[in-house]
Amino acid sequence: MSELIYLARRYPLGVAGGLILVVFVFVAIFANAIAPLDPLTTNPKASLAPPGNTYLLGADMMGRDVLSRLIHGARISLAVALGATLIGSGLGALLGLASGYVGGWFDLVVQRLAEIMQSLPLLVMALVITASLGPSLTNTIIAIAIPLIPNVARVIRANVLSLRELNYVEAARAIGMRNSRIALLHVMPNTLAPLIVLATAQLGSTILTEASLSFLGLGVPEPYPSWGRMLSESAAEYMRSAPWLVIFPGVAISLVVFGANLFGDALRDYLDPRMGD
Amino acid sequence: MAPVLEVSGLSTVFHTRGGTVRAVQDMSFSVEPGELLAVVGESGCGKTMMALSLMRLIPSPPGKIVAGSVRVAGTDLLTLDEAAMRKARGSEIAMIFQEPMTALNPLLTVGRQISEMVALHENVSGKAARERAVEMLHHVRIPEPRRRAGEYPHQMSGGMRQRAMIAMALACKPKVLIADEPTTALDVTIQAQVLDLIDDLRQEMGTAVVLITHDLGVVAEVADRMIVMYAGRKVEEGGIGDLFADPKHPYLRGLLASVPRIGQPKRLQEIAGTVPPLSNLPPGCAFAPRCPSAIDTCRDTMPGLEPKRPNHLAACWVS
Repeated sequence: MSELIYLARRYPLGVAGGLILVVFVFVAIFANAIAPLDPLTTNPKASLAPPGNTYLLGADMMGRDVLSRLIHGARISLAVALGATLIGSGLGALLGLASGYVGGWFDLVVQRLAEIMQSLPLLVMALVITASLGPSLTNTIIAIAIPLIPNVARVIRANVLSLRELNYVEAARAIGMRNSRIALLHVMPNTLAPLIVLATAQLGSTILTEASLSFLGLGVPEPYPSWGRMLSESAAEYMRSAPWLVIFPGVAISLVVFGANLFGDALRDYLDPRMGD
Repeated sequence: MAPVLEVSGLSTVFHTRGGTVRAVQDMSFSVEPGELLAVVGESGCGKTMMALSLMRLIPSPPGKIVAGSVRVAGTDLLTLDEAAMRKARGSEIAMIFQEPMTALNPLLTVGRQISEMVALHENVSGKAARERAVEMLHHVRIPEPRRRAGEYPHQMSGGMRQRAMIAMALACKPKVLIADEPTTALDVTIQAQVLDLIDDLRQEMGTAVVLITHDLGVVAEVADRMIVMYAGRKVEEGGIGDLFADPKHPYLRGLLASVPRIGQPKRLQEIAGTVPPLSNLPPGCAFAPRCPSAIDTCRDTMPGLEPKRPNHLAACWVS
């Protein structure tokens, strides 16, 4: 408990960010209990109803409750955002570590492959992957995670290239440590700071990529709500006539991205022993 | 006593765009258990490359050890395969580096880094390895070793970190310790403490020490014998007393003349010119272009190492 108070004092923004994330995860888990209405039930009479008593945050074109859809959509959006970011950053970091530390032809091959992948836009890559795997939640996560790998791998590789020249890496070699152990014990932990910053920055773009995929009919299938699709479906048509369809999903996405960035920054500082005492 | 480290004919080259750089040429020397051998020479004369060659830590490519042998307690390190060499590093021959500020991983506690080293070479439990780390910190005179073991490098001063490095290097009782300018980055009072520590430990543990330095004051304080390197070669070798009292090679004479002395308020004597590039050495003595007493033979023919008196070798045609 006193540890929590200490953290709140030292990293007030980080704790706030963490709380935002915790609230959203809580909402996602207990969506069934929290949502006031069924997110899939349509009601022609309530089409485009503005925020009011029955529909707290308004209703969409088919008369579905926006709040309930947001609450249920948190499941999909968070699963996609966290899943894709974790998988993409994790694999990217490992690949970058191996590429930078091993060097030589392995590095050459990995980097050229990464460049090929980077020459395609994220969305196009994800499109090709979902189109071949078929639309489902898991496939959406995979499709969004894979294009993240080369970006992360390149940043981590650049970091590893400078880390491996450091004295303590040489000192570890001088006491007879094997390379795999040096890479995991001495190099990997030192790449965490850029990795965390990169991963939190990517969290937002994964939600938006999922939105674009869903909009094109290749994301999580209808009628299940996701924030991204709620936003992208209504942005063009209803921006003026029914702004609540655009504003509330937008606020939800922004809040999660904001919370993740605050949390990530504080986490990076917290994990660095030099920032302690 | 039989020497524990015997180096003979060691030569290391670097293949660079500008040609082949002969960083270490035909280096031979031996060190007995508990003896402290100093290797001196100015920057760029191959001291560090020699040290890294002993550890087989030369960056390769472009570097390569092309000839010679490095025997530690009879085993030639240069013939070992990579796995056996890894085992030897730390348990047979260990090294401490110039920069204590960056030679420790900032994200791991000091105790953890020392116990890693112990666990690497000895089949002991994690607890025993941690105990050994505390014991080693105590051994290198770090106060409150148990608390310090739980601290991170940034919480320690430079001198303390260099001690921790020494503790790490000696944790598995290597027979040979190579110290590459261990005091260069420290201030003078701490320098003296660290040198005293190395001096004490080699006597306590019987470790042979090769101390690489460009500081003749340091050498005079702790070394038993000294090797003078110039342009990758050994040009003089002998006991400290002999070398300081009666240097035979003009290079060492120049070095000694360039050391400031209290009570002699005259201009310091410098050695004119600079070290020739190691990729383009003159055919004769490498020091000839800078040597005040060089004769024609010096410029044409390389002088061999000759005993100028018992246990005092020098490579010079003139003296």
